[in-house]
Amino acid sequence: MASTAIPRLTAGAPMGGPTRMVHITVNDVPFAIEVQDRTLLVHFLRDTLGMTGTHIGCDTTHCGACTVLLDDRPVKSCTVLAVQADGRKVRTVEGLESGGKLHPVQEGFTAEHGLQCGFCTPGMMMTSVALLAKNPNPTEDEIRHAISGNLCRCTGYMNIVKAIQHAAKASGGAK
Amino acid sequence: MTTTIHGGIGQSLARKEDARFIRGKGNYVDDIQLPGMLFLDFTRSPYAHAKITAIHPEKALKIPGVLAVITGKDLDAAKLAWMPTLMSDTQMVLPIDTVKFQGQEVVGIVADSRYSAADGAAAVEIDYEPLPVVTDPVKALLPDAPLVRPDKTKKSNHIWHWETGDKAGTDAALAKSDVVVHQDLYLPRLNVSSMETCGCVAQFDTMGRLTVWMTTQAPHAIRTVFALVAGLPEQNIRIISPDLGGGFGGKVPVYPGYVVAVVAALKTGHAVKWVEDRMDNLMSSSFARDYHISADIGATKDGKLTGLRVKTVADHGYADAAANPSKFPAGLFHIITGSYPFDKAFVEVDGVYTNKPPGGIAYRCSFRVTEAAFTIERLVDGIAHKLGMDPAEFRLKNFIPPESFPYKSALGWTYDSGNYAGALNLAMKMIDYPALRKEQVEKRKRGELMGIGISSFTEIVGAGPSAQFDILGIKMFEGCEIRIHPTGKVMARFGTKSQGQGHETTYSQILAEELGIPAENIAIEEGDTDTAPYGLGTYASRSTPTAGAAAVIAARKIREKAQKIAAHLLEVSPDDLEWKDYKFQVKGVPEKSKTMADVAFAAYTNPAPGTEAGLEAVDYYDPPNMTYPFGSYVCVVDIDKGTGQVNIRRFVAVDDCGTIINPMIVEGQIHGGLNMGLAPALYEQITYDENGNMRGNSFLDYLVPTAVESPHWETGKTTTPSPHHPIGAKGVGESPTVGAPAAIVNAVVDALSPLGVTNIDIPIYPWKVWQILHDKGQN
Repeated sequence: MASTAIPRLTAGAPMGGPTRMVHITVNDVPFAIEVQDRTLLVHFLRDTLGMTGTHIGCDTTHCGACTVLLDDRPVKSCTVLAVQADGRKVRTVEGLESGGKLHPVQEGFTAEHGLQCGFCTPGMMMTSVALLAKNPNPTEDEIRHAISGNLCRCTGYMNIVKAIQHAAKASGGAK
Repeated sequence: MTTTIHGGIGQSLARKEDARFIRGKGNYVDDIQLPGMLFLDFTRSPYAHAKITAIHPEKALKIPGVLAVITGKDLDAAKLAWMPTLMSDTQMVLPIDTVKFQGQEVVGIVADSRYSAADGAAAVEIDYEPLPVVTDPVKALLPDAPLVRPDKTKKSNHIWHWETGDKAGTDAALAKSDVVVHQDLYLPRLNVSSMETCGCVAQFDTMGRLTVWMTTQAPHAIRTVFALVAGLPEQNIRIISPDLGGGFGGKVPVYPGYVVAVVAALKTGHAVKWVEDRMDNLMSSSFARDYHISADIGATKDGKLTGLRVKTVADHGYADAAANPSKFPAGLFHIITGSYPFDKAFVEVDGVYTNKPPGGIAYRCSFRVTEAAFTIERLVDGIAHKLGMDPAEFRLKNFIPPESFPYKSALGWTYDSGNYAGALNLAMKMIDYPALRKEQVEKRKRGELMGIGISSFTEIVGAGPSAQFDILGIKMFEGCEIRIHPTGKVMARFGTKSQGQGHETTYSQILAEELGIPAENIAIEEGDTDTAPYGLGTYASRSTPTAGAAAVIAARKIREKAQKIAAHLLEVSPDDLEWKDYKFQVKGVPEKSKTMADVAFAAYTNPAPGTEAGLEAVDYYDPPNMTYPFGSYVCVVDIDKGTGQVNIRRFVAVDDCGTIINPMIVEGQIHGGLNMGLAPALYEQITYDENGNMRGNSFLDYLVPTAVESPHWETGKTTTPSPHHPIGAKGVGESPTVGAPAAIVNAVVDALSPLGVTNIDIPIYPWKVWQILHDKGQN
């Protein structure tokens, strides 16, 4: 095992089986780490890097709790291998706040009570960030379709829609 | 001029919890990493009923990283193969010789990584001899049915019979009624599907003291259960419930995984983590409903309700493991007379074993209250239709009137307060009910399918009075401990456990109001049995009714002592002071006053002579009665004749949960609860084939609604405080889940009623509607 950028290797990092070196930039920090071929990106983030903000809700790409941005595109990291992210950029919930300033999406979620238990929230926010990058001024219908790959059991989605509208407004989208 | 305090009652204070959650800094069980931590996974049964003839762990043990396997026989040697359920039944931790449902945990595999544990679980070989399976509780009661629990003395799948009410009187009342409607209803099995599954991390320290970080809604009760079952000294057990990714009742039971993780930690000397995957969760964690109901309701020809008779078969799976802490095997099902003053009612329920996972009530729906509310609200619609009366008019004519509270129901509950007509009238106004009925007449002329459904439910929450509620004998009180520090800052601890409800915010608002200390200066802690006062946990909408009351009373105990200290500081008698505008003021001389912060400093630096130092209090609150939130919902649906698709055009929900502490949080609870009312009406169910194979164990088949299926909920409120709660609060988390399904189904049936349809089984899938329309020649 070798790590050039961050020496934190925790229990739970998959051991055994064929391995290879991957170079993955997570929230602008470059990592070079040897991983088991079968390591899922979500376990690489959570167990290898100790970045537990990205959650696992279903293991089967249905719930979206594990959504991260891979080269700015939302992906469900429970069904992406870490080796598929080799040479690419990953952005997670931990990378949203910048210089002590919350991302407008984070502001929106708390201002509009867009979260309750908080478990779906990181994935939901990453999907929202990707949506607003592509469509800065989405309608309610567009928002609902954009987040339809992210399940929430607490909020009934009402305030998540409002949270994303709030972020759109704060980011300069009209309404 | 009214003085307010930052974060007092009635303010939509932003949630304290959010700061960590929006940064990905929550601390859920699977986020916990301990040095040398091992992982536990399970080999599960492919059969619903089978004899285990041999277990071959050799191949698993050869996998690099696999350290140990644990079987039922290993546990049996320590008398841990079986454990008690909260319903005085028994369930297996791991099977010694027979499996009882598909997906049951059979062998635990301990490994150094979650991947190796999963490899090990797949490599264990088990020889089974399949046994006959029964999954239908009605068939399970037939004399030749396969026996699910031969370990019991009673050689039958019948677990218990429970009944209440006046059987002969009800039969007579129905026989005399001008109109009687009979309806069979089936409420399918559901899974709560909190976004976080269940799991734990168990660790013994070098002194033999056990700490378990666990997805539990009731940490103290779990500690006591562990002490009683495993024989560990209770002071050597620490249960920590960290952030929970939703609970909804699914995190109340003790699951085999928790127990095996503790055994594995003991056996290996390492910390051991067990976290379910979604398939594990859907296949084996606690379920809700599975109630087969057969009901009759009667009325006079001028539309007065006369009697209600309900017969029910309750499928509990292979063990009655309902997390139901009441004296009643069917929970609070006898709230079934709902919002109506029946003179006569009778309810009977038979609990039955089948080859399905154990459980019974976990789905954000109190203890069988959804089953009750769904039944009565469907029946009331049915009889109004038969009488040719408008369902709103029929309800308004029959409601228990506001002046009748406290109201004693025919089945024995004493409703605290209510104004049912107030809620329904507001809902009808918000949705413009007369205009909708007019539109419906026009649409029907054109052959279009539009329906309007009403549900005017009565909830029963806040368990509960110690005469009726306990867990293994422990009464259902709730604890709050408050410490005010010298600088006037507060630490308050509770025996409850938030799963997303926002307790850190709500409790600090109650305390801000009672102590006159801004909410931002109040820290709330729950979930650690080493520090929190004893409590029975959070479920069944009980936190505000019980722990909220404990907070108020503990704060008032503090005020009592603080008044003496304030009097000492102001050199007056305590009787000369009044608590006004969040301060102790000399009566008639408001400029002479002391704040709670002044008093707190003095409590440590200059307490009154003869007064103990410090400013702390604890209260254990035993509620005198349940609380009875209520509401009226109106739903409008349009049905696509070509596809059978039901489109919810509008849904207005008027809730009354008594005094509201944080309107923003309450509205959020209602939104979420409505979604969990929508789900069983149109989407979710767990079914089994005759061999006990679970049909659909992923979110591909178990259809948790997404944002696209979820309507734009509209909410309204009335406020009828509870007369027996110290601040009049009633609880709200489950009301919408209880009330919403009937409104949706009533709307669909209303749309189809011109075709002669009087019922449609839930979930109402498009194909079911399409089939009806097809049979009636409509497409």
